[in-house]
Amino acid sequence: MSFTTFLQQCLTGISLGGAYALIAIGYTLVYGILRLINFAHGDIFMMAGYFMIFAMASLPWYIAIVVVLIVTVLLGISIEHVAYRPLRNAPRMSVMISAIGVSYLLQNLATYLFTALPKGYPEIPFLKKIFQIGGLSASFVTFLTPVITLIVVYALITLIHKTKIGMAMRAVSKDYDTAALMGIKINRVITFTFAVGSLLAAIGSILYFTDRMTVFPFSGSLPGLKCFVAAVFGGIGSIPGAVIGGFILGLGETALVAMGYSTFSDAFTFVLLIVILLIKPTGLFGEKTTDKV
Amino acid sequence: MKNTKNNRTIKYKLYSLGALLVTLLILGFLQVNSSQYSYQISILERSAIYAVVAVSMNLLTGFTGLFSLGQAGFMAIGAYIVAILTIPVEQRASVYYVNGISPAIANLQCPFWLALIIAGLVAAGIAALMGIPVLRLKSDYLAIATLGFSEIIRAVIAAPQLDRITNGSYGLKSIPGFPNLFVAFGLCALCILLMVLLINSSYGRVFKAIREDEIAAQAMGLNLFRYKQMAFIISSFFTGIGGGLLAMFMRSIDSKTFSINLTYDILLIVVLGGIGSITGSVLGAFLVTAGREWLRFFDNPLYIGGIQIPLFRSGFRMVVFSILLMVVVLFYSRGIMGNNEFSWAGLGRLVKGIPDRFTKKKQKGDNTL
Amino acid sequence: MTEHTNNKPNILHLENVTMQFGGVVAVNGLSLDVNEGEIVALIGPNGAGKTTAFNCVTGIYEPTYGQVQFQEETIFSNMPKGKMRKMYAGSVHPRTVPIVKNTPDAITQKGIARTFQNIRLFGQLSVFDNVLIAKHMRAKQNVFSATLRLNHKEEERMRSETMALLEEQNLAHLKDEIASSLPYGLQRRLEIARALATEPKLLLLDEPAAGMNPQETQDLTDFIKQIRESYHLTVFMIEHHMDLVMQISDRIYVLDFGKLIAHGTPEEIQNNEKVIEAYLGVSDDAED
Repeated sequence: MSFTTFLQQCLTGISLGGAYALIAIGYTLVYGILRLINFAHGDIFMMAGYFMIFAMASLPWYIAIVVVLIVTVLLGISIEHVAYRPLRNAPRMSVMISAIGVSYLLQNLATYLFTALPKGYPEIPFLKKIFQIGGLSASFVTFLTPVITLIVVYALITLIHKTKIGMAMRAVSKDYDTAALMGIKINRVITFTFAVGSLLAAIGSILYFTDRMTVFPFSGSLPGLKCFVAAVFGGIGSIPGAVIGGFILGLGETALVAMGYSTFSDAFTFVLLIVILLIKPTGLFGEKTTDKV
Repeated sequence: MKNTKNNRTIKYKLYSLGALLVTLLILGFLQVNSSQYSYQISILERSAIYAVVAVSMNLLTGFTGLFSLGQAGFMAIGAYIVAILTIPVEQRASVYYVNGISPAIANLQCPFWLALIIAGLVAAGIAALMGIPVLRLKSDYLAIATLGFSEIIRAVIAAPQLDRITNGSYGLKSIPGFPNLFVAFGLCALCILLMVLLINSSYGRVFKAIREDEIAAQAMGLNLFRYKQMAFIISSFFTGIGGGLLAMFMRSIDSKTFSINLTYDILLIVVLGGIGSITGSVLGAFLVTAGREWLRFFDNPLYIGGIQIPLFRSGFRMVVFSILLMVVVLFYSRGIMGNNEFSWAGLGRLVKGIPDRFTKKKQKGDNTL
Repeated sequence: MTEHTNNKPNILHLENVTMQFGGVVAVNGLSLDVNEGEIVALIGPNGAGKTTAFNCVTGIYEPTYGQVQFQEETIFSNMPKGKMRKMYAGSVHPRTVPIVKNTPDAITQKGIARTFQNIRLFGQLSVFDNVLIAKHMRAKQNVFSATLRLNHKEEERMRSETMALLEEQNLAHLKDEIASSLPYGLQRRLEIARALATEPKLLLLDEPAAGMNPQETQDLTDFIKQIRESYHLTVFMIEHHMDLVMQISDRIYVLDFGKLIAHGTPEEIQNNEKVIEAYLGVSDDAED
């Protein structure tokens, strides 16, 4: 492998990792607050892909993007409202099953509305422009993804540490009941969290699908699980952790594909998961929690 | 007092015997007219196999409190082992026509019952290895790790390096089916019966204790890891057999059959039936499998008065189905049976209770009016 | 510390047991002895480290440092390691004793049973099953014999023993009730019955009278005395109700901020100035 191909692969990996990181943040935020694996998150990401197809059919790209972001956020919020909120005091297993149910519903709904056949993802002209730097050539989106990821992460960390709603989010994630006693409107915080998570999923979806060019009803389920693993790897609840997890996953997968083990690139994710759970169950940056006896 | 109690147990035993006889008669009737009722038979067989897997999942989720999502992976192991061991030797060349067959397995053949036992044992063995790292994890981490393992198993099966054993993406065909209906349903019933006996034994109580409170269970001298491992291995054993049965039912399998969605299907059966109820899982398996077929009319265009109702087209069935399931999850989270089991006494109470319920509703209505 | 002259053999011996969580020392160099047939109380203000000490004996925590012996057998022995070696607050005596660890279930099997401060019953199971589960550990059976019902004699024995125990504890009429539906006092009783079903030699009670009114507390006092006699038990308990403690304890250990501050008979403790200062002064608050 020449040095240029190596760099080329790294670039692909970082770009994929950036998209993964954006989705992983959604998992980490929701898990941090509700202790729930939002199994439907990957499917929200998939639906965002379809929204883009329809938005681009009749609107210019810059308006289409805004529309997609808004609609996806609304979808995320309404899922929380309908499927998770009624189960606030139910056992954790019920909520998880509800999340699986939503994921199942979204996949079936997408199959029904858009058929199971892959649909072509619209091209946003400037994102597909080929750039050349030295021997490297890649479309603009490949360079853009990691940059956007870092900007978003910076904005999010600022939000969480500098704003009032961010403080509320931190409080709720530390202790649900006490936060409620302190007058924090839990439901509002949770809605906000889902909105942020879905927004990032929508951004991730645009970056991810522009590179892949097709969307089908199950195109969210595997990336979704992978990004959850990325979040666990980085330490669930930790945003930098999710980002690092996403990049490691993207790079590792690209490396496996480059080496010719593409069938194992999906399995790699889960090997990574099991290894981290064995060595450091709380992930890279996770906090330890203990049960009181 | 005691006498009436005895009488009652005798009565219930007679009922059970009667129910068994009726079932056998129905099976005999279907067997004789199998060509005429092949569609109904296939639904019933699939339901029975799903029931085995659902009960084995319930053994973990409902009785031991371990939320595992690895069913599809263990089913894949079982199915591939049964397929590899039972496809007639003379047909193997045509099954493996693309990549050829590995000489190690080319002449390996055994009767289906032995293949099923081996399938279960291999699944159990893999579960034993997998349990060592995975069972230390708590609730949702366990779920995602088992789900991950299930995907790894699927990736390994589909890997080109194993093409000469698993036939890669072409899958395996020409798997001999069940010799007759009695074998199919008998095997499913036997598996479920064994699990029922286990759950009602001293070990079943230990599993429930772990579900209720792990720390208290430890304080009762129960080694958590040992019993979790035991539940996991036994559940995987029966899931493996369930996969083997599914292979015999489908006659041809490939790695896509055993995707995460298969696990979700089983999970939804368990939830619908009631987490912690064996009867519920069995009922759920039949209802869900048959329900999908009943809902098939949603997939066909519907005309009312010559006007086509626009919603009815391919895929609508699954949407309706998943909405129904969400309704169950959200509003009837205890499922059909909750954590109760079927008993004749319970059925009697239910039947007697029906008129009461109507009158009660009326009274309630009166009160609010 | 006064050397306790008692000719009864020792059953539980703690030596320099220290439990440190990060920088917090919950139990600091605790040494104590419990002798066979005694009722010994461990008292101290809230947060003194009493439950932590129990958890170190029953294997829920492994002590950072120190040794625990049960019937002359070392069940825990540990030295600070890893990060803790630097953070460890106490002094470490180099010892040649090998490191010994046990899981909670192994401890129960050796003959130490316990109850919990916040009752831990198998909530959804019946009263009968709650006790029956405790019998599993000592039953001679395996998963195959149990599934195929080849163990019916053993099962029969477990059931009749459970029934006998419930009758002795006056819980027999409740045997089919769901454990979580019992009133609080009965739940405590059931938890003790369940602990007795593991056939312990030493019973650890973590605040058995918590939340009980004076009458219930008095009943419990008699009950503890009675089970000690009929089951040949040694009882080691944590308790805040001073009437109960002073009435039935043979000896009392007082813990404050993780450290042992006094030890002696109820009379000695009642007159100990350190104790009055640290504990009895706030006993009124602690009782409600």
